[in-house]
Amino acid sequence: MRKNLNVIAAYSIMMGLIILVGIFQSWNIALSIFNLCLISAVMTMGANIQWGYAGLINFGIMGFTALGGLAAVLISVNPVQEAWSAGGTNILLSLFFIIGIVLAVRFVLNRYQKSKIRNYIIAAIIISGIIIIRLVSEPGIEAIEEVNPARTGFLGGLGLPIIFSWIAGAFFAGGLAFVIGKVALGLRADYLAIATLLISEIVIAIIKHEDWLTRGVKNVIGLKRPAPYEVNLQETEWFINLVEKFNSGKLSLISDIAERQAALNQFVIEGSSVFVKLCYSGLFLVVVIILLILTQKALYSPWGRMMRAIRDNEEAANAMGKNVVKQHLLIFVLGSAIVGIAGAMLVTQDGLFTPGSYRPLRYTFLIWVMVIVGGSGNNFGAILGGFVVWFLWIEAAPIGLYLVNLTTAGLEDTHFLKVHLIESVPYFRFLMMGIGLLLIMRYRPKGILPEKIEIK
Amino acid sequence: MDSLNAIILLLNYIFVPALAYGSQLAIGAIFVTLIYGILRFANFATGDMMSFGTMVAILFTWYFQSMGLTLGFLPTALLAIPFAILFMGLYMLVIDKFVFKYYRLNKSPPVQLAMVSIGVMFVTQAVVRIIIGPSDRRFFDGEKFLIKANEFKEMTGLNEGLAIKSTQVITIVVTIILVSTLFLFLNKTKTGKSMRAYSDNEDLALLSGIDPKKIVTITWMIAAILATIGGVLYGLDKSFKPFTYFNNMLPIFAAAIVGGIGNPFGAFLGGYVIAFSEIFLTYAYKKFFMYVLPESMEPDSLIQLLSTDYKFAVSFSILVIVLLYRPSGIFKGKIL
Repeated sequence: MRKNLNVIAAYSIMMGLIILVGIFQSWNIALSIFNLCLISAVMTMGANIQWGYAGLINFGIMGFTALGGLAAVLISVNPVQEAWSAGGTNILLSLFFIIGIVLAVRFVLNRYQKSKIRNYIIAAIIISGIIIIRLVSEPGIEAIEEVNPARTGFLGGLGLPIIFSWIAGAFFAGGLAFVIGKVALGLRADYLAIATLLISEIVIAIIKHEDWLTRGVKNVIGLKRPAPYEVNLQETEWFINLVEKFNSGKLSLISDIAERQAALNQFVIEGSSVFVKLCYSGLFLVVVIILLILTQKALYSPWGRMMRAIRDNEEAANAMGKNVVKQHLLIFVLGSAIVGIAGAMLVTQDGLFTPGSYRPLRYTFLIWVMVIVGGSGNNFGAILGGFVVWFLWIEAAPIGLYLVNLTTAGLEDTHFLKVHLIESVPYFRFLMMGIGLLLIMRYRPKGILPEKIEIK
Repeated sequence: MDSLNAIILLLNYIFVPALAYGSQLAIGAIFVTLIYGILRFANFATGDMMSFGTMVAILFTWYFQSMGLTLGFLPTALLAIPFAILFMGLYMLVIDKFVFKYYRLNKSPPVQLAMVSIGVMFVTQAVVRIIIGPSDRRFFDGEKFLIKANEFKEMTGLNEGLAIKSTQVITIVVTIILVSTLFLFLNKTKTGKSMRAYSDNEDLALLSGIDPKKIVTITWMIAAILATIGGVLYGLDKSFKPFTYFNNMLPIFAAAIVGGIGNPFGAFLGGYVIAFSEIFLTYAYKKFFMYVLPESMEPDSLIQLLSTDYKFAVSFSILVIVLLYRPSGIFKGKIL
């Protein structure tokens, strides 16, 4: 128990902070911070598996997150029948062509010796394939995008409950990670970082501009929910009773019946959005706990020991007969799949998919700050990092405002410096993240909760 | 006549813009490659350092403009560059002293330094946004066009006009001067040679009495020159927006790696490789073929290999292909 004291202390402080936000700001804000903390925690767990367990740098987190989000759209949106009949065949045909190209390239790779001619043949196959696909898909894509462009203009999805997309998101992201891993894992650490960063940009470019698949920058809104809608809740009998019971103390103070009814209505409206957020928190918490148990088990298993051996000394591990390349690929796929789950969870919570909002600063670098600050190699640390950093990221603006007011207290309210500083309060979060990261890297390079491996 | 029109068309829409854009990328790529070669880490704060330098230049430009000081037909920003370089160099040296020095002396792995540079990236981004704000700013003044499309048409009697913006010419001229001075410095002077030696083999360089402190300081100063000038040229040609500068880091990295990281000449050419392929692959060739082919064979579609939305994706795909087949870059940089 004693050795876990710092873990428990850190988590209690974190929960205390969130509860303070609930008391001083509102429970709505506290819960939305908590939910995004949980999603960030899933992302950091994914990154931590790759970086902490195996020492692989993945700066493509944004791409995997977006793919998870795409999965949420493709699973939950109802299929657009008209679009399918307008251009579905062309799209399916192009899909077959893509598979055909991959198979042909594989065949050439296996069949012929490494040579210049082989490279030329592969290039020829790919180029001619791309031309054929463009010729086939172009009319289809145009037809699909013309189907009711203001509301659909895309193929839609499968129309399944959105919760399935969390699994599908994992598979999407894992699949992409497999391809990237095959291509890029041989690179040295910092090149891998750059390569994955750029590949994730390519993924975002595709998601942004292939309107037939994702509606692109027109966004997909009104996705299904795994939780009840506020409006429905506000009319449900048992929920109103529940709210009444919770607030009976406050309500009994009001004597006038009409006023009391108005107050109750207010409580119901507030309560409904808190209740919905609590539903999400419950779902997310289940995911986080399941992942935590699995990753902890993996960390202490023989496999986890092997991964650390590979991380700490690749050559020695190789000499001991461990297949470094295969294990790297495996862990890259696993970590990315977890990030994919987080991406699907994020879109599920927001209820909308906005490809334009995926930016490397928020979805790659911030996640990395979380991993480094929390403690790489330690799952509890990674989750804590997600919580701390996201909490600061949201609360940086109020803190910044407070600091600005404090330091410029001597100035008049209309002084240009004060006005300018108050206007730029939103950017204090960048400053905070940067300085926090630099301080942690310098004085506590292993993070708040450092990696601790006991041999049992 | 038609073929002449076609050539002018390509010059106007592909060659001149690509040359200017490529020059801007090339300067950034040399910056990345120098830091990588001598200080040995991938600097993720590249784009934001460039935006810091540009910001200082803009502030000085405004100051000069308020004093009524201009360069006539040239943009005032050129006058502000030396001051901006001074501030940029100071900023870089301060950052080096408080941040990078510790890791360099501890011989930390490059990955750790790259992570630290992300912290610097966040801080620089915050500083820029707090000082000048996140919005789009144009600070170009002076004569906008060297040759206007209409004038060119009247002069030559061709159907196609050739418009050359003065910023494009300035970019290219400044790049030529800057890069040739840099290569002269690296190849001919003693300091330049010692920098190359340090980049090649640190221990051997130290043994032969090269002062690492001096090398590091000079590297940061050169980096400040490159970052400021590259940033100002880009801002003059397009516009200044902190977010765009951050994003520009990606094609700049692509250029540096394609050219062979650690190899300044490779980085220089890499910039043009990236710029030209981006514009070549996303240009709609319909009009070109209308001039070249006889009327009966005129194309219906746009003849565009990729839509312009994929401009960035093109350069990154090139990078991936290069990494796959020639991981040390086209011009043999360090082995990855």
